[in-house]
Amino acid sequence: MRVGGGTMGSMAAAAGGREAVIEIDRLSLTYETNDGPVHALSDIDLSIGRGEFVSLIGPSGCGKTTLLRVIADLEQPTGGAIAVNGVSPRAAREARSYGYVFQAAALYPWRTIARNVALPLEIMGVPKAERERRVADNLALVNLAGFERKYPWQLSGGMQQRASIARALAVEPDLLLMDEPFGALDEIVRDHLNEQLLKLWAKTQKTVVFVTHSIPEAVFLSTRIVVMSPRPGRVTDIVDCSALPRERTLDVRETPEFLAIAHRVRQGLRAGHSYED
Amino acid sequence: MSASLAAPPVRRPRGREGAFVPVLAVVLALVAVWYAGAYVLNRPQVMDAFARQKVEPDFESLVAATWSMERPVLPAPHQVAAELWKTTVEQRITSKRSLVFHGWITLSSTLVGFAIGTALGILLAVAVVHVKSLEKSLMPWIVASQTIPILAIAPMVVVVLNAVNITGLLPKAVISTYLSFFPVTVGMVKGLRSPEILHLDLMRTFSASAWQTFWKLRLPGSVPFLFTSMKVGVAASLVGAIVAELPTGAVSGLGARLLSGSYYGQTVQIWAALVAASLLAAALVTIVGAIDRLVVRRMGMAR
Repeated sequence: MRVGGGTMGSMAAAAGGREAVIEIDRLSLTYETNDGPVHALSDIDLSIGRGEFVSLIGPSGCGKTTLLRVIADLEQPTGGAIAVNGVSPRAAREARSYGYVFQAAALYPWRTIARNVALPLEIMGVPKAERERRVADNLALVNLAGFERKYPWQLSGGMQQRASIARALAVEPDLLLMDEPFGALDEIVRDHLNEQLLKLWAKTQKTVVFVTHSIPEAVFLSTRIVVMSPRPGRVTDIVDCSALPRERTLDVRETPEFLAIAHRVRQGLRAGHSYED
Repeated sequence: MSASLAAPPVRRPRGREGAFVPVLAVVLALVAVWYAGAYVLNRPQVMDAFARQKVEPDFESLVAATWSMERPVLPAPHQVAAELWKTTVEQRITSKRSLVFHGWITLSSTLVGFAIGTALGILLAVAVVHVKSLEKSLMPWIVASQTIPILAIAPMVVVVLNAVNITGLLPKAVISTYLSFFPVTVGMVKGLRSPEILHLDLMRTFSASAWQTFWKLRLPGSVPFLFTSMKVGVAASLVGAIVAELPTGAVSGLGARLLSGSYYGQTVQIWAALVAASLLAAALVTIVGAIDRLVVRRMGMAR
């Protein structure tokens, strides 16, 4: 059994023959604080191909969320180069080429579920009929048909997060950026949403970049796992998950292939930790 | 459940059934204190009157006399109530003796001033929130404006406006505006800044313009703050209208009623006007509160 690419050198090539959606070259981000500079990201090299599902995993402070925010043009890097869809993150954001799902659903309490999903479309100036079609389609996609006229507080946490995924999908982006979207949910709901997300990804063929700190979640969902470690925030390992079938059910978590990948990810996380213990 | 994580805190309607008994108890206590106060404050004058008639009053007649004087230092509650009844129900509302007539005069300038003050407050808040330099340059002046004693500035405003032929309701409304724009400005600045970073980041991922962010996020998010400050503002507007009537020799309005009452030592009339003013203020605050609840429910934010 073969798991993953291995050394830092082979990482850039790990996207395989696919066309790269995200290309990151020696990227770094340093904050100036009163206690001196903080290296949130240091020398990141990463290439993500079209249709991949890539998870960023690591302990808090490793910069996984910061990296996602740089891709989304919510943070500005201080060094290196990054291209999203072949252009700068800013141009990609302005072209609305990604959908972003936050850790919390971030639904506006004064809008119904349908109008929350329609929010980005209103901002983009999508005509009303098209807006209604996309809202209905995407709510159906996340199994929320029939909840159009409910307000966010009338839905459970899992349903709210599904609504926020529908909102990101309504933009019809090829790229989905997800920042620990299920982190605040309980285990059972999380398993269920993971399965749904995987089906959705298979159905829509989107590229997904997914931030998590759960090893089983990362292994279950991903085609590749980027292991990161803190101080400075950097990539320590990239694990390939092609040993697992592309179509997965929750049972896959019991297979030796799954456990082997999870083991390697755990070792990568440990290696990142060792120097500070 | 993590619903609290997703949605910003939303006010729930408070249970109002349980408030009745405590409120009634406080009102009864206040009325009792009032009666006691009327006895203590009016007693010297009543004692003088009895002394002139060379009568030694017993306690009962002393109490009865302190609570039924024509020009008491402090009229008893039932005297004020009787005066209120006489000047509202028993007068035609167009009569100069009707408190409804005077109340309407004051109310109309209160409402005009409040409307202008609210609009001005919102405009200033929008400017302060969106133009960085205005926060430094404008905000101190807005705060300083409220440190000027309103009694000093009211006659000058009225006189200056009279000089340019603006008379009647508008000069009084200007004072109401002056007092009511401030709480609205402060509340709206806070309200327009209330959206969480997360909600603002979301707008950024949509590449929303500043105008879209304002219209679809900041403004709806500020609505609860707006109504809270409008409740303060409407009460301040009424104070402003009354104060504007006091030093300017107005002949109608609740302020004029207070003034003429004090000229002629008609304490019962003064107190009746005071009670009318506070009832009016309570009614105005209640109405704003009701509109608040209605709007919040229409927006879907009430649970």
